[in-house]
Amino acid sequence: MEPSPEEYEGEEYAGGVVKKFMYVNRRAPHGTVYAQEALEVVLIGAAFEQDVSVVFIDDGVYQIKKDQDPSAIGTKNFSKTFRALEMYDVEKLYVEKESMQARGLTEDDLNVPVEVKTSEEIGRLMEEQDVVLSF
Amino acid sequence: MKLSVVLNEGPYQHQAADTAYHFTRAALAKGHEIYRVFFYHDGVNNGTRLTTPPQDDRNIVARWSALAEEHDLDLVVCVAAAQRRGIVDESEQKRHGKDANNIAPGFRISGLGQLIEAGIESDRLVVFGD
Repeated sequence: MEPSPEEYEGEEYAGGVVKKFMYVNRRAPHGTVYAQEALEVVLIGAAFEQDVSVVFIDDGVYQIKKDQDPSAIGTKNFSKTFRALEMYDVEKLYVEKESMQARGLTEDDLNVPVEVKTSEEIGRLMEEQDVVLSF
Repeated sequence: MKLSVVLNEGPYQHQAADTAYHFTRAALAKGHEIYRVFFYHDGVNNGTRLTTPPQDDRNIVARWSALAEEHDLDLVVCVAAAQRRGIVDESEQKRHGKDANNIAPGFRISGLGQLIEAGIESDRLVVFGD
């Protein structure tokens, strides 16, 4: 089941500090649990009203590929949850151009609106962050 | 400096579990503050007191517990990751009607918000894992 925004409202943070948080998704959506549990961190983190960006690099670009159907391996299709990120005010989604090209993907293959950035551009963004969590 | 540590891998399986411990100990020895150690993914398995390594090997769980007692560390196991992997404290045991619990001394189970809060409150969040 997809978590709803209401489910996380209990975790409000009243500290008033806003830091730059970047979540870096590097792994394929299935095969290991990292991608799924990373998404849970992003959803919970949204309740803290930080300056959040989410990056997809390497096999991580597959996480937002359209039309996923893992039913044959009995795992959860959590790719749909990425579409809910906007509802949580997580709007800065970046995909690394080189990773996408190497895998023969274009923006049309993705299920959420993203900004395509070069490896160098993403590197510069990373340097600006306070917290980088890489999955 | 105020530091927090994130450990994403399980004990004995992955060097990260050892390195996170050594880092934490070294940071404390240098006089840094450890605001929190957060256990996520298979890292939650560092918090079961039922682990029984061979006697001539290090006891990864017990040494976290000892360090926590010595330095009053906040060792937090992610509840969602813990539920998947069967890491249970007394309140989780009651809540889910389980027949046992296994959380090690010095650890507590809490939400992912504790990870985000650690990121906000600490000068550095240091992550161990692949």
